[in-house]
Amino acid sequence: MSFIKNLNQESIVLAITVVMFALASLLLPGFFSANNLVAIVRSVSVLGILALGMAMIIIGRGIDLSMVAIMAMSVACYLQMLNSGMGEGSALVLALAGVLAIGLINGVLVAYADVPAIFVTLASSSFVFGFVRSQLINTDAVPVPSGHWVEILGGMRFMSIPVEVFLFAGLALATFLFLRYSKWGRYVYYAGDNPEAARNSGMPVRPMMVLRYVISALIAFIAGILTASSLHSINTRIVNSNLLYDIVLITVIGGIGLSGGKGGVRNVLFGAALIGIMLNAMTIIDIPLLYQNLIKAGILLGAIIVDGILNPRDEQTAQQGDI
Amino acid sequence: MAFRERLQAWRYNTIPDHLIGEILTKRWTDNAIPFIALVITVAAFGSAIPGFFRPYSLQESTRQLGEFSLVVTGLSVVMLGGGIDLSVGSIFALATFASVGTFFIFEAPVWVCLLAAIATGVVCGAINGYLIGFLRLRAFLTTLVTFIIGRALFDILVVQYGAATQMSFMSSDLWDFIGDGTLFGFSVPVLTAIVFALITHIALTRSRPGWHVQAVGGSRRSAHNAGIRVRRTVFMTYVFSGFCAGVSGFLMATRLSSAGPGTGHGLEILALTAAVVGGNSLGGGRGSVVKGIMGAIIVLVMTNGLIRLGFGTGTNQMVLGIMLALAVTIDIRWLKNRHKVLNEVYVAPVYLKMGKSESAEPGSGSAYSLNNKLSSAQHIGLGELEGPEDVILDRDDHLYCGTRHGEIIRYFAPDYKRSEVFAHVGGFPLGLAFDKDQNLITCVGAMGLYKISPDREVTRLSAETRRSLTSIVDDARMRDPNDLDIAPDGKIYFTDSTKRYDAHEWMLDSIENRGTGRLLVYDPKDGSTKTLLDGYRYTNGVCMAHDGQSLYFSESWRSRIHRYWIAGPKAGTVECVIKDMPGYTDNINRASDGTYWMAWLGMRTPSFDLSLRHPDMRKRMTRRLPQDDWLFPNINTGGIVKFDDSGTIIQTMGDLTGQNHPMVTSMREHKGKLFIGGILNNRIGLFDIEGADPNWTGMTSYWGEKA
Repeated sequence: MSFIKNLNQESIVLAITVVMFALASLLLPGFFSANNLVAIVRSVSVLGILALGMAMIIIGRGIDLSMVAIMAMSVACYLQMLNSGMGEGSALVLALAGVLAIGLINGVLVAYADVPAIFVTLASSSFVFGFVRSQLINTDAVPVPSGHWVEILGGMRFMSIPVEVFLFAGLALATFLFLRYSKWGRYVYYAGDNPEAARNSGMPVRPMMVLRYVISALIAFIAGILTASSLHSINTRIVNSNLLYDIVLITVIGGIGLSGGKGGVRNVLFGAALIGIMLNAMTIIDIPLLYQNLIKAGILLGAIIVDGILNPRDEQTAQQGDI
Repeated sequence: MAFRERLQAWRYNTIPDHLIGEILTKRWTDNAIPFIALVITVAAFGSAIPGFFRPYSLQESTRQLGEFSLVVTGLSVVMLGGGIDLSVGSIFALATFASVGTFFIFEAPVWVCLLAAIATGVVCGAINGYLIGFLRLRAFLTTLVTFIIGRALFDILVVQYGAATQMSFMSSDLWDFIGDGTLFGFSVPVLTAIVFALITHIALTRSRPGWHVQAVGGSRRSAHNAGIRVRRTVFMTYVFSGFCAGVSGFLMATRLSSAGPGTGHGLEILALTAAVVGGNSLGGGRGSVVKGIMGAIIVLVMTNGLIRLGFGTGTNQMVLGIMLALAVTIDIRWLKNRHKVLNEVYVAPVYLKMGKSESAEPGSGSAYSLNNKLSSAQHIGLGELEGPEDVILDRDDHLYCGTRHGEIIRYFAPDYKRSEVFAHVGGFPLGLAFDKDQNLITCVGAMGLYKISPDREVTRLSAETRRSLTSIVDDARMRDPNDLDIAPDGKIYFTDSTKRYDAHEWMLDSIENRGTGRLLVYDPKDGSTKTLLDGYRYTNGVCMAHDGQSLYFSESWRSRIHRYWIAGPKAGTVECVIKDMPGYTDNINRASDGTYWMAWLGMRTPSFDLSLRHPDMRKRMTRRLPQDDWLFPNINTGGIVKFDDSGTIIQTMGDLTGQNHPMVTSMREHKGKLFIGGILNNRIGLFDIEGADPNWTGMTSYWGEKA
């Protein structure tokens, strides 16, 4: 009985991951090979990096639906400026300034105007995409100028492992250290668990919230650079794809409760591993992309239902307007 | 009068800035911002786009508008119930495909296609509703996920069967008519949208399920505690939203006869923006179908207009993003700050120069000079009572009074030690009077005029009078019915002290000092209520004169007593009998010697009289100071005054110790004794009147000896 009692989402996900990995290795030809394993890790690196930012926001009881838009559009903007002959430094500074501005707007609207995060970021996602697409660039895809460091980054290998894997690992470690050992990192949990109490006990809840949205925007920019480096271009249509839901899927399935205050980097890693293996396996089995979307969305729904059962809300405790 | 003062009097008494506050209390002000936005949008795009208002152009855009409004209507209902539905886009697409598929592949009749679309919508809505209503998942994320699932399904279906629908040669006149024809000049989608909007509006505002939706959205917890089935209600809102999206999808199918990858693309954010821009509140409780439709028109005109003006890819998303963020922020801030704004602007003081009064100081020798007689009064129900505003005695000498707790208490004669709750009214009973049949008639604060029969049956006599056409605040409702008296013919004359404040906010009314008090009459023969006089500064006590031809009523914040003739040659006229008393006048009652007792609820002070000449100061005071620091009428000293029909003051009594009867709101003479009530007191006083008729009672004075 104690085993079942101790069963939580994290261990279930870990068990499923292991089982899936074992099954895939046994049944799927070419799954358990060094190349494929590297490909799996590589494929989830960008997703994982985005999920780290999302996780930090969700732990603080928020959500950021604008990550994919920021990721694609900031990099598209940056590359467009480079292509039109702007200097490296000024282009980077401008792109980063834009990223910071959007993060700040998100954060300020959520923290100080008390607008639900989900609406703010939905609106800013739409705005960022629309603004950049209509005002700043004129094609869907923007290529990386040849010989640029972003291109070189994509080709870099260390012990034959692509560099983004190390970047993912480094960011995961940094996030882990921040959340676990820094004072503001611990505050994220308190603010997520009970924002009123955190505020009453003197934590700078609102500035911290702004900071989180800024960090998540910056993380999105990094993820965008990595995407561009491996594909040698950035396609803005990615904003309309299901990438955003994959990020939410990783965080939620890893066991980070949507009501905030729970989870950590470990959950992101487990979630990323499960999703990475699943996506890879589905590709090897040759399931069409449309069906993959259906399966992923189905799993996400399942994860949300489980989350709802594990962290139940009822008429007495549910907060008004908490949608 | 100094020029400055004249200017102030002009400024504060003629500029009607109290109307701003009254307008803000109206729920329809919520609609003002979206409505202005609507007018501006239509005007701007109408003038920018050539031929925008041409019938053909309107016809085409309204077809789309009809479909879109349907979806937004469904979403508005969900939002009103406190949820959100992002999956409308994919439900719409699936329903479109369902109708197109049934029509072109199975070649079924049109009504089957409609059923297929509706079934698709209802099933999808039911799934959402089950997950959110019964499993209590988060609405936003859940519908986001069902949206992706629906979209993925739709994409698969289109890839699999899209070609088959294109190959068919199926056609039907009815199908084409729905998609293309018009009825009385309106296209079918527009008519459907109008019918749906009407039905939904009526259902929401005038039916039990509609009220349940509003209650759940307004306060989920209270709705649950009130016994409303919250989960089922939430479930039904999603089913309804799915239903609307289904019908809308069917209309789209008939219009385009195909379903492709672009069907319903981006509809969810369009619909969400429309619902929020229209003014539907996130988190529920505030919203309506009309708001949804206003938002739908704004959003559709804007997005279509941008396309027709030739703006490039992405412009729509940009504008939608800005609109959504702006609308949500305004909504949240407005909801949060509306009552603050209202508090800031509602109190709008006016100028008044009170007349100089004779001194009430003890020993000053004037008729008003206060003494210490009332401090010797005995007490009844000390510590048991809270707020006996008025007291009255019946033929058997039992004593009745109202309490703050909404009850009428009866003290038994002869010693008034024993008491019982005579009746529970539910509101604060103020004025009391017995009619000929010993029914107790009472003015209940904020509720109206009530009758309590001797066997304790409580009946409402009147709660409203005729609405005046020029008043913004609802003046049909009685906000502060205060005192009453009954004429020999049975008509009940009573006062409603203010139109702008509730009964417990009387101190705000005193600070504002605006004349909104009324004298009303209730006719028991036909149950009608009429307004006789209006525009007095806090009408208060009413007393039928001994001759039965006229009545006295007091105007508290002006310290006056007026006489109104109900019969005789002067019928219908009013005259001021006593001006400029040193105290604020309250209830008036008959005395045994053919004169009248009148209570002072407090005394005028030079400081407050001065402040009445400085409305700007009072305005600043209510805005900047906490309520404890406000200057308002002194109610720590009151008294009782006796006057006769000529308006001469005969006697004045007070309690200078302030221990027993600091403020007096009523007094009733009965068999040589005076029973004294006070709205802020914790007792009824009992005072022996020197030289009074020991057999005189109010009941015999009004209605004669017992038959």
